[in-house]
Amino acid sequence: MEICPPAALGAASRDGNNEEWEKRGDSRMKTDTSTTLRAFLIELAVYAVFVTAYFFLVLHYLSDWLQDLHLHHVKIYALMTIVLIIGQAVLLESVTTWLLRFLRGRSE
Amino acid sequence: MFFPISNSHISPVYLAAIGFIIGVLGGFFGVGGSFIAGPALRAVGLDWNFAVGTDLAHIVGKSVVAAKWHRALGNVDLKLGLIMAVGTMGGAEVGAQLIQMLKRVGNVNLVVSVVSIVIYVSISSFMIWEAWRTLQYQKRRRPRSKVPGTAKKQDESSFSHRTQAIQRLKLWPMISLPTSGVKAISLWVIILVSFIGGLFSGFLGGGAGYIRMPMLVYVLGIPTHLAVGTDLFEIIISASYGTFSHAIKGNVDILIALVMHTGAAIGAQIGAISTQYFAGPKIRLAFVPLPLIGAAIVIYTLVTGHKL
Repeated sequence: MEICPPAALGAASRDGNNEEWEKRGDSRMKTDTSTTLRAFLIELAVYAVFVTAYFFLVLHYLSDWLQDLHLHHVKIYALMTIVLIIGQAVLLESVTTWLLRFLRGRSE
Repeated sequence: MFFPISNSHISPVYLAAIGFIIGVLGGFFGVGGSFIAGPALRAVGLDWNFAVGTDLAHIVGKSVVAAKWHRALGNVDLKLGLIMAVGTMGGAEVGAQLIQMLKRVGNVNLVVSVVSIVIYVSISSFMIWEAWRTLQYQKRRRPRSKVPGTAKKQDESSFSHRTQAIQRLKLWPMISLPTSGVKAISLWVIILVSFIGGLFSGFLGGGAGYIRMPMLVYVLGIPTHLAVGTDLFEIIISASYGTFSHAIKGNVDILIALVMHTGAAIGAQIGAISTQYFAGPKIRLAFVPLPLIGAAIVIYTLVTGHKL
């Protein structure tokens, strides 16, 4: 698989000095990649703590209620499946976006 | 961890890890990853009907976030997405009913396993063939670009002549899709494509992006970036319907879906960011082993009868 340095391409065509711009683009991309990678690793660790707490606090208490709905009120259960998964998706997206922005901001 | 709804014991770390892998794949390739999720759930002992329904619920969560990103980038054809949702819901219902029928007969696990193996191997074979042909076509047709790397960013297909033939079919009513750059196409072609996608979604689980995405690009002629965004938008509607339908039939363990999604949420970001560094038909070649891994897991479970 080949890697395209997007930042380098436009600049190279403007000046015609391809090699120099390619080198600059490559080094900028390497710096970006290492910053992103480091931010992701920290994010992963912080996120793991959040998720573990979430498993124990939320899912543990939800399970009995959801099982009861599943057995006795199947239509409400069906509706709740969609509400819960969309709710969690929006919540976790906000958490991960905030974490990533915060960590990248700090490391730059 | 015990999941009382499906009466199963599955490690939450395993579920989150599977979700993470699927999230990376979804962000990178624009697919739901059900060809991994279904077999992975089946491999730890979940019945196929639960694997299918639970995976659909997990797909809803992932698609909401991904479609939001794509909408912001202008990659969603709303008109096409809404039309396709109708066909997909019809197909998903037929797929779910087939699962119910097999559940009653008592051979749901065997039939779905065999069908999934055939589908996964076919997808991989088709993508090897198509990507190889496109690479050959590019080599023959285009001289080397003066600016290194620009050629790789173009996403061509060796199928465009067939796509144009499909668009010329005069089967009333004809509609236009200005956002996707399609001047006229039969409504029935769109409905048929979405119905087939929905059928696979209801029968094998997931968003069926593995079959709908190639059909959007090769059959309807939608540009790839718009196909990814529109597919995700359409999956929100169809997978929500599929989840509701399967949940009423008792095939969804939402707790498993929620745990899986915790991994997918972070994996999707990594996958999406990675896409800026890769492009072209070689991505499609990199995709090839993934359905084969799913097929291998299903074959292992089917032949040995063991859980992983």
